Amino acid sequence: MASAAELDAPVNPTDAFRKEARDWLAANFPPELKGKDNAMSAIDGPTELSPAEAQWKKAVGEKGWGVPAWPAQYGGGGLGKAEVRVLQEEMARIGAWNPIGGMGVMMFGPTLLEYGTEAQKQEHIPPIARGEIRWCQGYSEPGAGSDLASLQMFAEDKGDHYLVNGQKTWTSGGQWADKCFALVRTDKTRKHEGISFLLIDMTSPGVEVKPIRLISGSSPFCETFFTNVSVPKGNLVGREGEGWTIGKRLLQHERSSLSGGGSAARMFAGKPMGALAREYRGTDEAGRVNDSDLRMRIVRHEMDSRAFALTLRRAALESRSNQGPSAATSIMKNVGARITQDRAELSIEIMGMNGLGWEGEGFSEDELNQTRTWLWGKAVSIYGGSSEIQNNVIAKRILGMLDHQ
Amino acid sequence: MAVLNEEQTMLRDMAREWADNEAPVSAFRKVRNAAPTEGYDTAAWAEMGQMGWAGIVVPEEFGGSAFGYLSLGMVLEQLGRNLTASPLASTAAAAAAIALGGSDTAKAEWLPKIAVGEVVATVAVDEGPNHDPAKIATSVSDGLLTGTKEFVAEGDSAQLFVVAAVDGLYLVSGDTGVTRSTRKMADFRSHAQVTFDGAKAEKLGGPDLTAKVIDLATAALSAEMLGMAEQAFSVTNDYLKTRVQFGQALSTFQALQHRMAKMFTELELMRSAVEGALEAIDAGRSDTDQAVSLAKAIASDALHLVSREMVQLHGGIGMTDEHDAGFYLKRAYVLETMWGNAAFHRERFARLNGY
Ligand SMILES: Cc1cc2nc3c(=O)[nH]c(=O)nc-3n(C[C@H](O)[C@H](O)[C@H](O)COP(=O)(O)OP(=O)(O)OC[C@H]3O[C@@H](n4cnc5c(N)ncnc54)[C@H](O)[C@@H]3O)c2cc1C
Repeated sequence: MASAAELDAPVNPTDAFRKEARDWLAANFPPELKGKDNAMSAIDGPTELSPAEAQWKKAVGEKGWGVPAWPAQYGGGGLGKAEVRVLQEEMARIGAWNPIGGMGVMMFGPTLLEYGTEAQKQEHIPPIARGEIRWCQGYSEPGAGSDLASLQMFAEDKGDHYLVNGQKTWTSGGQWADKCFALVRTDKTRKHEGISFLLIDMTSPGVEVKPIRLISGSSPFCETFFTNVSVPKGNLVGREGEGWTIGKRLLQHERSSLSGGGSAARMFAGKPMGALAREYRGTDEAGRVNDSDLRMRIVRHEMDSRAFALTLRRAALESRSNQGPSAATSIMKNVGARITQDRAELSIEIMGMNGLGWEGEGFSEDELNQTRTWLWGKAVSIYGGSSEIQNNVIAKRILGMLDHQ
Repeated sequence: MAVLNEEQTMLRDMAREWADNEAPVSAFRKVRNAAPTEGYDTAAWAEMGQMGWAGIVVPEEFGGSAFGYLSLGMVLEQLGRNLTASPLASTAAAAAAIALGGSDTAKAEWLPKIAVGEVVATVAVDEGPNHDPAKIATSVSDGLLTGTKEFVAEGDSAQLFVVAAVDGLYLVSGDTGVTRSTRKMADFRSHAQVTFDGAKAEKLGGPDLTAKVIDLATAALSAEMLGMAEQAFSVTNDYLKTRVQFGQALSTFQALQHRMAKMFTELELMRSAVEGALEAIDAGRSDTDQAVSLAKAIASDALHLVSREMVQLHGGIGMTDEHDAGFYLKRAYVLETMWGNAAFHRERFARLNGY
């Protein structure tokens, strides 16, 4: 079966660019940062950057290679698809990683590039490309989760500005964010058509955040309250009432980034389940993992992961060969979530009590991380559109199933 | 759908058109009712021969097109959609065995005939009701092969057998010493018991070749399963849109929408796994064995799910012989069992991965 490395193998090497990328990385990537990417950093909040990390982030930000496909005029890399892939391959080759991320990169930037005015792009895109500004997503409200369009936070037209009142919830990174892209109601009489897409400065008077603690023990998100917050009219993206369309487009970017669409290798990083089981459970006389039921469930998981990796690869190849976005894309978020959760559950089962440690003595760092990963992983089938909602989308949009009358 | 080149695209489109026009499920129903000894429509098979499908994995020098396994899979997938009865999968696997291990004489004698559909061939491995290549008793001495093979696909009509013996793979081309007993099975296809009693046999290769040919046959079968699953799913989806209960089309019920979405998800993974195995074979990858076990296990589970849901979601009509759902259900379980079921391949996958 294709190894993770093979799945990420070059498809269309463009040699001149490869050399350019290789030379630049050699000159700018501090080797001591090799493989030190912290995937949880976006969740855990800001951490103190070491001098090497700060230097690396600055270099990538100035070059625009944190957002390599974005237009160069707004601080992006201006690269084509093939070049982006080469860049990723060259980074993977030396264990380098992208220090620029977050919601600005994953979802807000691409949406603004599509719907923003020239002035909005010039104002907001370059700081995202340099990794200077943190954005948060103000979508969900206590009464508007899956049914997002029933949101109530209201922006009242005051001539030159909007006066915003209401509450958002589950605002990831809200306590660390500089700005918030929010869906607000500008018309109370119409459901979808009454929604607008508004950019709110989190330092404005009247904005208050209250962190919420998760089952994993961390508090990476907030309840966010808005009381008479004044937002300039220039911060409206698109036309008033057009927010639902723009907001849904953003969700597409969110879902594709959440499904591991980027790199199969990253998703399957870590110790293979079989090896973990041999280590914790030992083997029988025939050299098989002790506990045949567990062993078979490991196989199912492993097969599921590989079929998923092959599907990610197939979807990428299909869209690259211009057959348009493949239908396979719609299943990615749910399968990605299922595999992530299975992996965590199985790892814990393999480790036994050692996999359920909370803190303190008697557990290795890997074991404690496993507990956190497991609990955090329960969120992936909820956020960004729950698995049930994804299934609704598949049924209606892909399979053409009918609406309830 | 894997990214196809121009030849493959043409081949797939042609196969699809042919299957839809010339071999719809009603054609299979006719074969079932007429119950010919071969278990397929010989006229339809002759047409497939003329289109060169049996030669897709035969080298060009022997009259084939050497398009490879992904291409063969594309064709089998289209046939699988409509349950078209044909000895294509078995014949192609036997042809591959000859191309890989046959003497120059054997190749020159058989491959051109296979390529045009003149000769039906098959691969005989199992000696019991479950696939188990480790349990082979058939042996050869002085060039004469003795043993009994169970549930040999196309065993009723094949003129040429590729037979697994203890020490490897053999070609049996004559009828002397070969006895066939029909096994009538749920899918109404040919699965005969074939007894070899001192049949003249020519060696093709050792156990490595046996393993390799089984993998090729398994991958080809998985492609047929893919087509069946796609079609069973799409027929069901269409049905839900027309059937009205409680004043609504069934298609509007979310409980059913989620079941369909789940099946769709499994189908997408199935396609990737099956195409992945065919591509691994074409690329000659060293981990082809794993890719094949992945494909067969996933394909078996997915087809199992879809074929059962097809009956359930059709309700009473799905239980009737008049409806096609039963054909998919019955053929599905046969194919799941053939060349190792999901459990067999999961066990093999674990072994190949060392855990
Ligand atoms: C860790 C985390 C981070 C998040 N970050 C953000 C963020 O930064 N910004 C933001 O705006 N939001 C964020 N969210 C919110 C997230 O988008 C919502 O939690 C999600 O959309 C589900 O809404 P809900 O929690 O209100 O659940 P509900 O909508 O109340 O759903 C409860 C359950 O019912 C099911 N359900 C609901 N409707 C249907 C239906 N029609 N058919 C079948 N089943 C249904 C759901 O699938 C779910 O299982 C985050 C959530 C989590 C867990």
